[in-house]
Amino acid sequence: MSGERAAGRERYYAGARAALPFALVTGVVGVSFGVLAGSLGWGSLVAIASSVVICSASAQFAVAAVLGSGGGPFAAIVAAILLNARFGPMGLAVGPYLKGGPFRRALEGQTVLDTSWAMANRGGGRFDREFMIGATAPQVVAWIGGTVAGVLGGDFVGNPERFGLDAIFPAFFLVLLVSELRGGRSAVTVALIAAALALLLVPVAPPGVPVIAACAAALLGLRRTS
Amino acid sequence: MTTLWLTILTVALANAAIKASGPVLVGGRELPPRANAVISLLAPALLAALVVTETFGEDGALVLDEKALGVGVAAVALLLRAPVLVAVFLAALTAALARAFS
Repeated sequence: MSGERAAGRERYYAGARAALPFALVTGVVGVSFGVLAGSLGWGSLVAIASSVVICSASAQFAVAAVLGSGGGPFAAIVAAILLNARFGPMGLAVGPYLKGGPFRRALEGQTVLDTSWAMANRGGGRFDREFMIGATAPQVVAWIGGTVAGVLGGDFVGNPERFGLDAIFPAFFLVLLVSELRGGRSAVTVALIAAALALLLVPVAPPGVPVIAACAAALLGLRRTS
Repeated sequence: MTTLWLTILTVALANAAIKASGPVLVGGRELPPRANAVISLLAPALLAALVVTETFGEDGALVLDEKALGVGVAAVALLLRAPVLVAVFLAALTAALARAFS
């Protein structure tokens, strides 16, 4: 039993180690969020608190973008919800591998981040719970720490795009997609349909919607008779 | 300021509820095989959608820019069986260089 627990602990650490490069990027993006929030006059406490309680780059940048361009709070909330709606299907996918009753599952579900979720994906619908939770830890620390640094320290990194950091996440998701596609022909078909749906919707739907709508491609699984 | 706080807290609660919904819905019980088949295909669907929207999507438009070039280089590197970190690093390097010289 203790051996099993030690093996579990090892997987938390493995996830945390694997996430370190992404934590670095997340930290830099956190700095730029802190700087942006500061420039919008959010105040240090509000900016830092938003990174603690929301803890999601996509949702926070959406709120900042909508409010910063003169939009109202309702529009900001809708934009953030649409963007983060992808965590619904992600949670469905990882759900069977989380532990405990509904309350604990709901708590464990909070550890789903794009990168952690994708890294913990073991193909064929399987997920490594400990690896995912481990991978989330350093990224949360980096996100909050980066925000604090950006709010208090000011703009010492400049535009992250200058370093090509914005290319890292799509490239990383591509890496994981490629390994996922080795899982079989239905995965390839689903990925192609999902990519096409998302591309078609980007110009016409609000941000976030293309990704959720693309999940409809997974309904192809209904065809299977196994 | 109060409106901003309320907005942030609302987004925080909504985000937590979204993240909780999946695990609470499917957790801890046997699902019909067809539901499992759909759930197991969510990963390729989500990953493919994330790749194309993050590569080509920019403020509600499709664009082909330095970032897409970087991701393209990463794709080629993967085809040539480069290690994962090398492919991801090449994506960032390519995008950074293309921006520096454009």
